[in-house]
Amino acid sequence: MLEIKNLHVQLEEEEKQILKGVNLTVEAGKVHAIMGPNGSGKSTLSYVLSGRDGYEVTDGGATLDGEDIMEMEPEERAAAGIFLAFQYPVEIPGVGNMTFLRTAVNAQRKARGEEELSAAEFLKLVRAKAKTLNIDGDMLKRPVNVGFSGGEKKRNEILQMAMLEPKLCILDETDSGLDVDAMKLVADGVNALRDEGRGFLVITHYQRLLDHIKPDVVHIMANGKIVKSGGPELALEVENNGYADILKEDA
Amino acid sequence: MALPAVKSDGAEALLARHDAIVGEAGWATAARQSAEARLRAMGSPTRRDEYWRFTNPALLNADTPRPSVSEPMDDAQVFEDFDTLRVVFVDGVFRPDLSSEFTNEPNLELELLEGAFTKDIHWAKDLFGVLETDGQTPVERPFAALNTARATTGIVVRATGPVSKPVHLRYLHQSETSDAVLHHVVKVDEGASLTILENGPAAARFNKCMEIDVAAGGTFNHIRAQGRDHDRQCISHMFGRVAAESQYKSFTLTVNGVLTRNEHVIAFTGDDASAHVAGACVGQGDFHHDDTVFVTHDAERCESRQVFKKVLKTGATGVFQGKILVKEGAQKTDGYQISQGLLLDEQSQFLAKPELEIYADDVACSHGSTVGALDETALFYLLSRGIPRGEAENLLVLAFLGEAVDEIADDDLADEMRNRVAAWLTRHTE
Repeated sequence: MLEIKNLHVQLEEEEKQILKGVNLTVEAGKVHAIMGPNGSGKSTLSYVLSGRDGYEVTDGGATLDGEDIMEMEPEERAAAGIFLAFQYPVEIPGVGNMTFLRTAVNAQRKARGEEELSAAEFLKLVRAKAKTLNIDGDMLKRPVNVGFSGGEKKRNEILQMAMLEPKLCILDETDSGLDVDAMKLVADGVNALRDEGRGFLVITHYQRLLDHIKPDVVHIMANGKIVKSGGPELALEVENNGYADILKEDA
Repeated sequence: MALPAVKSDGAEALLARHDAIVGEAGWATAARQSAEARLRAMGSPTRRDEYWRFTNPALLNADTPRPSVSEPMDDAQVFEDFDTLRVVFVDGVFRPDLSSEFTNEPNLELELLEGAFTKDIHWAKDLFGVLETDGQTPVERPFAALNTARATTGIVVRATGPVSKPVHLRYLHQSETSDAVLHHVVKVDEGASLTILENGPAAARFNKCMEIDVAAGGTFNHIRAQGRDHDRQCISHMFGRVAAESQYKSFTLTVNGVLTRNEHVIAFTGDDASAHVAGACVGQGDFHHDDTVFVTHDAERCESRQVFKKVLKTGATGVFQGKILVKEGAQKTDGYQISQGLLLDEQSQFLAKPELEIYADDVACSHGSTVGALDETALFYLLSRGIPRGEAENLLVLAFLGEAVDEIADDDLADEMRNRVAAWLTRHTE
C-alpha cells in the first residue's frame, strides 16, 4: 500500500539532511511501528508523507497504491487516503469542531466523487463515533481543540480518523501526554479501525503504546534511516535495553 | 489663528456643492446655521490633520463624486428574510412606494426628517446637531458638520417602549453620480428598545450621520451592511449618547468600496451602561476602509468594547483609529479595544492607532492591535484533513472575523452577516 523508497529529505530553509534513505513498505491490514531516539527523523517522516511545507525531497520518494504522493498537495493526499494524527493537534479558535469535521468529510467525499453527507446523516454518524471515544456534545461544539486537555485533543484526532476512514493512518507519538486510561481509550479507538484494507504507521518513543496497539512489524529508526526491522519482540528489546545496544549492533 | 486657505476654501466648497435647506422651523434653521459656522471654523480636512493621516479625504472633498456603477447583485437582498419596517431611499431620495407602512407599529414614532423639521415644536430639537456638536470635541469631524448643515432627508425615530420589529433603512443606488446626504435622529426612551438595520451603497458618494440618544435603561441595537459597489465612497458618523444602565450595540460589515470612513463617537453620561462597537470588513485591490472610534467614559462602572477586524488582500488598506477616554471620576470603567488586520498577501496594509487616555485611578482598560497573515500551522491542519486550500483559508478568515460578528446580539442577524462574508469569500477565491 505505502511504499517508501530511498527517501532523502532535507529542510528547505537550510541544507540539513533529515532523512537519509528511508525504505519502508506498509501492507494493507498491517500495523507498522517506528521507534527511535529523539532526532532520528520519525516526525519528519510523518510530515513529509502528509505534505507539510518546509521539506525538500532530494532523492527517492513514496507511493500510495502506486501513486506518487510526493507530487500531491496535502489535501489531495488526504483525499487519497492518508491521515496524520498529530503529535500536537492544532488549536483553531473560531472554527467549530463540528463544522471542521463536516467540511473535511464532505470535501473528501466530493474529491472522491461521492455524494456529500446531509446535515442529519453527518450528525448521526459523528454522534455514534464520538460516543465510543467518550467525546461529549460539548467537545463537538467547541472550537477545534481549543481548551481541550491533552487527552481530549488526542481523542479528537482519533475521532477525525474514524470519520474520515483513511487507507493509511499515521500516528505521530499519539501516546505522548496521555495517562494510562487515556492511552487505552485512544488505543481502543485505533484498534476499532484495524481492518484488512487499512495500513497503520505508528510512531512512538515507547513500547507501552504497543502493548495496546499490537504491531505486526517494528522498525528502529536512527539518524534518518531505518536501521533494524523485526517483530513485536524488537519493541520489547528497546524497552529493556534502550536504543544504544541496537544502534551499536548496527554500527 | 486664521485657517489655512486650503481649509477655509475647502469648507466653502463643501457647503457650496450641496443646496442650502430652506423653509424649515426656526430651531432646525438655527441648527443648520450653527453647523455651517462650525464647518467654516474648522475647515475641510486635509492629510495634515492628525486623524486624516491614514485616509486621504480627497474623494470626499471633491466637488463631485467619483462616478460609481451600481452592482445590481444582492445588496437589495440583505435582511430580506427578516420582518422589518422598511424605509427605502434611492440615491438619497425617500421612496414611499418601496417602503413599509409604519404608522401602526406599537411604541414607535417614525417620520421623515423634512416632515419633522417643519414643526415648530419637536423633540428632535434637543438632538439634531446637538450630539454631533458634542462629538466635535476634542476631534473635529468636518463632514459631520457638513451633514447637519445640508442633509436633505433621513428619519426621525423614537421608541417609547419595546419596538418588536427592526427599523430597516435600505439604501439603493442607481445614479452613477449621486451625492447623497442623509441624517437620522434616533431617540430611545427610558426602558425602551429599538433595533435599526441598514444596508446598501446609497449613492456614488454617501455622507450619513446618525445621532442616537439612549435614555436610562434603554436598549439600542444597530447592524449595518455597507453596499458592495466597487467605486462607492462613504463617510458615516454615528454619535451615541448612552445614559445610565442602558445598552448600546453596533456592528458594521463592509465588503468592497473604494473609500469607506466610519466614525463612531460614544459618550457615557450615566452609570452602569454598556456600549459595544464592532466592525468587520473584507476588501481587495483599491479598497480603503477606515474605522475611527472615540469612546468617552464620564460615568462610573460603564463597560465599552471596540472590536474591529479587517481582512485585506491584493493591495487593500485598512485603517483603525480608536480611542478610549476615561475622565476623572469615571471609576470602575471597563474598557476594551481590539483591532486586528489579516493580510492575505504582502501588498495589503493595516494602519492602526489605538489610544487610551485615562484620568481615573480605578479602571480596567485593555487594548490590543495585531496584524498578521493566516496561521500556517492551522492551515496545514485543515489541509491535512482534505479541506481544499481555498475553503480552508475561508474557514480561517471567518474564524478571524468571528469575535466581531459575535458582537451581534441576535443569532439570525449574525448568521445573515456571516453568510454575506462567506459569499464574498466564495466570489473572491480563485
